[in-house]
Amino acid sequence: MHAALPVHNFLVLSAILFAIGTFGVLTRRNAIVIFMCIELMLNAVNLTFIALSHHLGNLDGQVFVFFVMTVAAAEAAVGLALMIAFFRNRESIEVDEINMLKW
Amino acid sequence: MQTLFFYLVAAVAVGSALLVVKCKNPVNSALALVNTFFCLAIFYVMLEAPFMAAIQIMVYAGAIMVLIIFVIMLLNLGTETAKRYRHAVAGSAVVAALLLAQAVYFLNRSEPTGMGSDYREAIAQAGGHTEAIGRALFTDFLLPFEITSILLLVAIIGAVVLAKKEI
Repeated sequence: MHAALPVHNFLVLSAILFAIGTFGVLTRRNAIVIFMCIELMLNAVNLTFIALSHHLGNLDGQVFVFFVMTVAAAEAAVGLALMIAFFRNRESIEVDEINMLKW
Repeated sequence: MQTLFFYLVAAVAVGSALLVVKCKNPVNSALALVNTFFCLAIFYVMLEAPFMAAIQIMVYAGAIMVLIIFVIMLLNLGTETAKRYRHAVAGSAVVAALLLAQAVYFLNRSEPTGMGSDYREAIAQAGGHTEAIGRALFTDFLLPFEITSILLLVAIIGAVVLAKKEI
C-alpha cells in the first residue's frame, strides 16, 4: 500500500534542494546566509528520511528526523552566539574577515 | 491531481530555495527560507507524517527562524555590497551540479530497499501517528533521546558563555 506518487519524485526534489544549499554555502560570504543554507541542506535530508520512511513503511526514519531537528536547534543556538561574539570584535560577519587564527 | 499538486509545491520550494541563495539582503533570504520550510511541511503531510509537519512549522519556521531573524536585526546587517568572487561561483556551480548528477544517477539505477515493515499497523495499535513516534522514541531510541537532552544542555551553556560580554 503506497501512495500514488513514486518515491523518486521526493528523492530527486531533495537532491535538488541539497545541491542548491551546497551552492549557497560555497558562494555566499555572509555567515548568517551560509548558516541558512546549511539549514536548507538539513531539511533536504529530512525530506529524504520521511519519503523513504513512507516508502518502506518503517517509522525509524521519522524518529531520525526528530533528532536532526534537535541537532539543528542546538547548532542554531551555538552558531548564532559565535556570530554575535565575532561581530563584537570585528563589526562584520563576512567570512573573509574571519582570519584571527591565521599567522 | 496529486502529481500536479506535488509539482506545484516542488516548484515553489525550489524557487524559494534559489531566492535564499540569491537575495542580497539577509532578511529576504530568511523569509524565502520560511517559505521553503512551509513547502516541506506540505510534503510531510502528503507523506502521511502529520506530527513531523507540525514540528517542522513550530521548530523550524517558528523557533529557529525567529532566532535567525532576531540576530539579523540585532547586528543590523544591511544589503551586501561586495560582489561574489566569480571563480567561486563557477567552481561551486560545478560542485553542486556534480552532486545533483551523482544523486540522480544513483537514484535511477535501482529501487530503494531496506528494512521494510508496515508502520500503519503500529500506528493503529498505538492509537495515532504521534503516539507511535512517542512509543518508538521512548523504547527503541531511549539512549539517543537521553544523549540529545545532554546535547541541548551543552548547547545552552555554550551559547550563554559565548554571548557574554567578555570572553
